[in-house]
Amino acid sequence: MGNLTLAPNIPEPGEDRTMILNMGPQHPSTHGVLRLVLEIDGETVIRVLPDIGFLHTGIEKTCEAKFYQQVVPMTDRIDYLCPMSNNLCYVLASEKLLGLEIPPKAQWVRVLLNELTRINSHLVWLGTHALDMGAMTVFLYCFREREDILRLFEMVSGQRMMTSYFRIGGLALEPPIGFFERVKKFADRFPTNVDEYENLLTNNPIWKGRTKGVAKLSAEDAIALGATGPTLRASGVDFDLRRDMPYSGYENFKFKVPVSQDCDVYARYLCRVQELRESIAIVGQALAGMPEGPVKADAPKVVLPDREKMKTEMEALIYHFKIVTEGFAVPAGEVYQSIESPRGEMAYYIVSDGTAKPYRVHMRTPSYYNLQVLPNMIVGRLLADVVAAIGSIDIVLGEIDR
Amino acid sequence: MALAPAITDIELLKDHPALAALLAWSRDGVEAAKFDRDEMTVWVAAKNIHEVCAVLRDNKEFPCNFLEDVTCVDWYPSEPRFEVVYHMLSMAKKERVRIKVKLASGQLTVPSITPVWPSANFPEREVFDLFGIQFEGHPYLRRILMPEDWEGHPLRKDFPVEGYR
Repeated sequence: MGNLTLAPNIPEPGEDRTMILNMGPQHPSTHGVLRLVLEIDGETVIRVLPDIGFLHTGIEKTCEAKFYQQVVPMTDRIDYLCPMSNNLCYVLASEKLLGLEIPPKAQWVRVLLNELTRINSHLVWLGTHALDMGAMTVFLYCFREREDILRLFEMVSGQRMMTSYFRIGGLALEPPIGFFERVKKFADRFPTNVDEYENLLTNNPIWKGRTKGVAKLSAEDAIALGATGPTLRASGVDFDLRRDMPYSGYENFKFKVPVSQDCDVYARYLCRVQELRESIAIVGQALAGMPEGPVKADAPKVVLPDREKMKTEMEALIYHFKIVTEGFAVPAGEVYQSIESPRGEMAYYIVSDGTAKPYRVHMRTPSYYNLQVLPNMIVGRLLADVVAAIGSIDIVLGEIDR
Repeated sequence: MALAPAITDIELLKDHPALAALLAWSRDGVEAAKFDRDEMTVWVAAKNIHEVCAVLRDNKEFPCNFLEDVTCVDWYPSEPRFEVVYHMLSMAKKERVRIKVKLASGQLTVPSITPVWPSANFPEREVFDLFGIQFEGHPYLRRILMPEDWEGHPLRKDFPVEGYR
């Protein structure tokens, strides 16, 4: 007989039994470089501290050194899943500072592309969120449709992800010939694709088991902690900036705002899937009612002239030279422009001192505030639910750290 | 479209529900107001910010139930140098108001509004990190975006864009 330990000395539950677990920043299910410091007691989370800033690149500081029009490509880099939303928010804020009127066609194309961006972002969210929970197939389905959207973006802007397609005063270019037909084809087919995702997940007992009743967030807590977007609406607060404070011509579109009272991960999933359907309906409306006309505002001192005009008109050449070399002065003042990005309320606060460079650009990013609700959701729950909770608030770390 | 000139006379603006609520709270508490580009801005004293937030949140006419954003602007080299900017939204009225607090270089302290709005937690830490404003009563005032051992506050205007070499 050797040394058999028949009564191992395991300590009783209590204060000293907790341990600190480091999750991230390279953990795949933190959707970027999020680091969580978790205090756990067995499998139960006692405390959690999000640690961010790994992707901080000082975009706000860089913007202060650029001309207004040079900031547009910076805004793509903030949130690589919805570049069009960031472009839109920035150009809307700048246009508000300038007092520019945007032609209807440019507004409608902006709405159309923004809804495609929303679909793109939600598809990446759905795919990766399902992958976190072990559902591999959804990921492949979602990325199949996302590829189509990225091809549409490439067609319209020349870039798949960093589009920078919107300009202060309108669009960079007229959408190419055949673009609307391709969007139409995609819009006709996409609802069937959403059915496919729903077939895999909505009534799937494993999916329901992992998400129903998990990571609850009450409406009061969601508002108190600054949550916006689907995270807020899944907690029963019926607020959508597209409908309630319309911008860029959203008042011309009819759509439902999905709201759920269940407050859990499953409710957030349902809200976002419903938003996919609403977004594609808005795309359909935008295509059906697309107005004719120019895509750039009539403001020669702000909007770059057409290439053709520059070859024949002296004035156009002068304006082009002036805008490119010294920018355009923006009247002093400040604006706060918010839009409903796929993740929630995205807003740009721009202060102008009357020169050609913004004095201060601040981005109110939805993920930054949505992350604050995370501790509220997961304290007292199991460690495995942390992954579900992170997925359900749909954070993008590029946007949090800026 | 020409821009309408900004209105800065409090007498002309006193019908705006947010400003009316603040004037009802204290006539002297409102330092200045501005209505520009359809946006309302009210300046208040730093020591009152906590109370102003509570008044805006709890009044009946214009219940600002949602804190959208806290940020800061550096007006270096003029004085008072800093302006802390709060954006509040009334979901019921679908309108927002901007509250500003001026801070002179000597006294960069403002009461934290986390007791009124817990959502001010991260943004106040961000302003502390990037501008060096102290938020009195904040539960966890530490750097959030920059490394813990960073020296200086990058979003101040006297901090070079390319950093110190």
